[in-house]
Amino acid sequence: MISPIELSIFSVAAFIIPVIFVMAAGVTKRLLIHVSFSVSALASLIIAIAGFMAVAGGVTEQIILPLGLPALPFHLRLDQLSGFFLFVVGLLSFIVSVYSIGYVSGLAADRPVKRLIVFYNLFIAAMFMVILADDALCFMVSWEVMAASSYFLVMFEDGKSENRRAAYLYMVMAHIGAILILLSFGVMAGIATGLDSFTGYTFDAMREARFPLKWATVAFLLSFFGFAAKAGVIPFHVWLPEAHPVAPSNVSALMSGVMLKTAIYGIVRITFDIIGVFPWWWGALVLVFGLVSAVMGVLYALMQHDLKKLLAYHSVENIGIILIGIGLSMIFTSFNLPAMAALALIAGLYHTMNHAMFKGLLFMGAGAILNATHERNMDEMGGLIRYMPWTSVFFLIGCISISALPPFNGFVSEWLTFQAFLLSPSLPSPLMKLLIPLGAALLALTGALAAACFVKVFGVIFLGNWRGHNPPVAAEAGWSMRIGMMLAALTCLCFGILPSVIIDWMDNISANLLGATLNTTAGVYGWMWLTPVDPERASYSGPLVLVGIVAVCAITYVLLHVRPGKISRVPVWDCGFQKLNNKMQYNSISFSMPFRRIFGYLFDIKEQIRLSPQPGHPAFPEMQHYYLRIRDRFWGWIYKPFINIVVLLSRKAGMLQHGRIHLYLIYSFVTIIFLLALL
Amino acid sequence: MNPLHLIFTEILQVLIVLTVAPAFTGWVDMLKCWTQGRASAGVMQPYRNIAKLFVKDVVLAQNASWIFRFTPYFVFSTAVVAASVIPVISMNLFLAPSADIIVLIALFATARFFTALAGMDIGTAFGGMGSSREMMIASLAEPAILMSIFTVSLAGRSTSLLHIVQTFSGGVLVFRPSIVFAAIAFVLVVIAEAGRIPVDNPATHLELTMVHEAMILEYSGRHLALMEWGAMLRFFLFVTLGIACFLPWGIAATDNVVEIAAAVFLMLIKLAVIGGVVVLIETGLAKMRLFRLTEFLGAAFLMATLGVIAFFILE
Repeated sequence: MISPIELSIFSVAAFIIPVIFVMAAGVTKRLLIHVSFSVSALASLIIAIAGFMAVAGGVTEQIILPLGLPALPFHLRLDQLSGFFLFVVGLLSFIVSVYSIGYVSGLAADRPVKRLIVFYNLFIAAMFMVILADDALCFMVSWEVMAASSYFLVMFEDGKSENRRAAYLYMVMAHIGAILILLSFGVMAGIATGLDSFTGYTFDAMREARFPLKWATVAFLLSFFGFAAKAGVIPFHVWLPEAHPVAPSNVSALMSGVMLKTAIYGIVRITFDIIGVFPWWWGALVLVFGLVSAVMGVLYALMQHDLKKLLAYHSVENIGIILIGIGLSMIFTSFNLPAMAALALIAGLYHTMNHAMFKGLLFMGAGAILNATHERNMDEMGGLIRYMPWTSVFFLIGCISISALPPFNGFVSEWLTFQAFLLSPSLPSPLMKLLIPLGAALLALTGALAAACFVKVFGVIFLGNWRGHNPPVAAEAGWSMRIGMMLAALTCLCFGILPSVIIDWMDNISANLLGATLNTTAGVYGWMWLTPVDPERASYSGPLVLVGIVAVCAITYVLLHVRPGKISRVPVWDCGFQKLNNKMQYNSISFSMPFRRIFGYLFDIKEQIRLSPQPGHPAFPEMQHYYLRIRDRFWGWIYKPFINIVVLLSRKAGMLQHGRIHLYLIYSFVTIIFLLALL
Repeated sequence: MNPLHLIFTEILQVLIVLTVAPAFTGWVDMLKCWTQGRASAGVMQPYRNIAKLFVKDVVLAQNASWIFRFTPYFVFSTAVVAASVIPVISMNLFLAPSADIIVLIALFATARFFTALAGMDIGTAFGGMGSSREMMIASLAEPAILMSIFTVSLAGRSTSLLHIVQTFSGGVLVFRPSIVFAAIAFVLVVIAEAGRIPVDNPATHLELTMVHEAMILEYSGRHLALMEWGAMLRFFLFVTLGIACFLPWGIAATDNVVEIAAAVFLMLIKLAVIGGVVVLIETGLAKMRLFRLTEFLGAAFLMATLGVIAFFILE
């Protein structure tokens, strides 16, 4: 019997097959796409199964690969935490790879797909390696391969300057993050064994070490901000809304759905597993960053009219919700309340998994829409439900899930997070008792705003009438794209109505990290009821709610159709106006107008209405121009000044460079004299 | 407890909610007419409206999609599911553990999500305007209602409605400042959620004041009947949710027939009084401008937060 870790190593190695296949001569594009994405789908599925087994089995396995530095070969480890993340990444990669067969075939007509295939496979393999890594070297190498390959994927359509700019910004942010993470590992390794040995760079050595609080804090802050830059936590989120929209949609689905989660994995790994003991304010810091990201992310999303940009901002929001769970869990852990910490951690991790599924689904849907309409601006779309009936159903499921509405999966994790918030009276500090419930209010605000945002998205894109200039040419997505979206939608439903089964499985993670589980209480009423604390306290039954709604709908429908009634289809009543046109519909800008009025001070908004008056009849203008520009305040607050300083300093330094050889000779001469004098 | 009795209680409660909800709306309308010196159509008028609409044929816009036709059934069925969960007349509800208060609020939010989508389905400006405003109001109301519920669940040590009712109705009537604040916040939010004056005017078809009516403007026939009935149920259920949280005394604890009858009677009295309070608020206030609602709902949120603070400091 092959063990899960061996299974996952072989599957990671299998990702090299498509890369080699690309090089093979004489393969048609069609065959290339079908074979390579099928291979990546299969390999991802196997890794997902291996991860599932690792969590279910509850054993930890380690392996040392004959690769890497002589003194520091690659250490790999598969425990419950990494197994869980392997499962999440593997499952979404499997779904997205199935989807990619059709999606990339659609792209193949005018663009080189070989590059896409190579970097797509490298990217997925690197994500798996990040999760499997058990020493700093292997982790950083995989981390950088992941960053570099995703950079090339963002650059896929490098003909447009917008895309090159987005990819550059992404690269810069990824590297700032990577440097911070590397420094954090350096600090921990230095404490573990001193700086003269490489053995300190294995995670095992770091786990063994006892960190003094001061250095532990330094390591935590470095790694937290490093991972935050990758996860897109506000204010490090600026690259997300630039990079996600320009990448091909299958890549956006993976980047947003699972690449951000590797950063969550890093935070959990370093705080709970490697450092282990920490003061409460670390958790409070994570919680505050989570809350700010959640609320600001969803507000920025609400202001967007570019579909993929909007989804990118929703990733910021959801990363915030995940961090809320993790932050609460850290607070509970620091006060030695392991059972409550387990609830909060599972809430965060459950949301990690859910977000991977519904955000993957929504980006895949966005790709299908983009393929069909060649349009990213929602205000040029409308009425797609009639052209793309399947896609619209799957996309609707994604919208309901991300809006945290029952009976789909997003609701379960938010409900668990609320239950974790409700446990805050057990904390000893009176100030935290008072402040933490306010966090729950912010989470409620986030959920409601997300629902508003997705009413807008679905309403503007799929409902109403087509708003564009040219008549729509949209057609339904191909079979592989539909299967991909359907798998993701089914997963969303399953995670929504069977949470107790999944949480029983996830209990092994918290048992391993925190020494506490929920399973003593999760199954009291049976698998249909989710009772995270105890049945007296709170319970939710997804299956019953779903069955109840479906049954009542069916009964009402049947009862109302006993008497045959006539349905007549007529044109919309326009109050006799007779000049209604499709541009008069509410669009995304008008939908979000009330929100702009209320929360406008959080944005940098420029709104102009210009009238062109008719000569002779100034009261009846010929034309109206509406101009709206909404900018991220953080760009102006943090990044703009920073960039200005860097540019200024480089200008000053540039004064040394004249391009004249004799000046450079003088520089060298002066330097040598200076050094001689010094020595 | 006899399982047959449990099923019987459950069905009885759902039937009572379904039948009493229009009467409650009728009662509020009647009182409103009286206080404003008009002749009223009586308590039974909502029944006559619904019955008339059920008989009429459906007229659909040409571009209406399945969302538009599905929404009335969905809205109605979420209300029925909620009716089977909230302890209105009895605490012996075997379905009650399937949803706690947070789930209930989310169920109502799901119904609103679909109503807003239906508003955008036809592609008229009215529908979109209604959806946009409704979602705006909802997103401001949500934090307030959650904080209010939070206070109740902190005091009752549970988010399960059954448990809250048992805890509160078991004890004597004590003055708890946190619960008072939470109750005030809850009243303000229910006004917003149920679309009553001063947030929304259910009796108008004027573009400046419409919110809920704007979304369902294109409905007709049985679809409209379900939407109207659903809205009445929603109002009624929010009121009974408030009763369960803040005035739970008298809800039947056993399946004794006399006790259930007493519970029904007591519920009718509570509803009659609450209807009177609603009418006083509606007659005394004018509808607010849309963008002043932030202050209104902000006040609700403040009250609810005071409730939480009062709970931790005073209790």
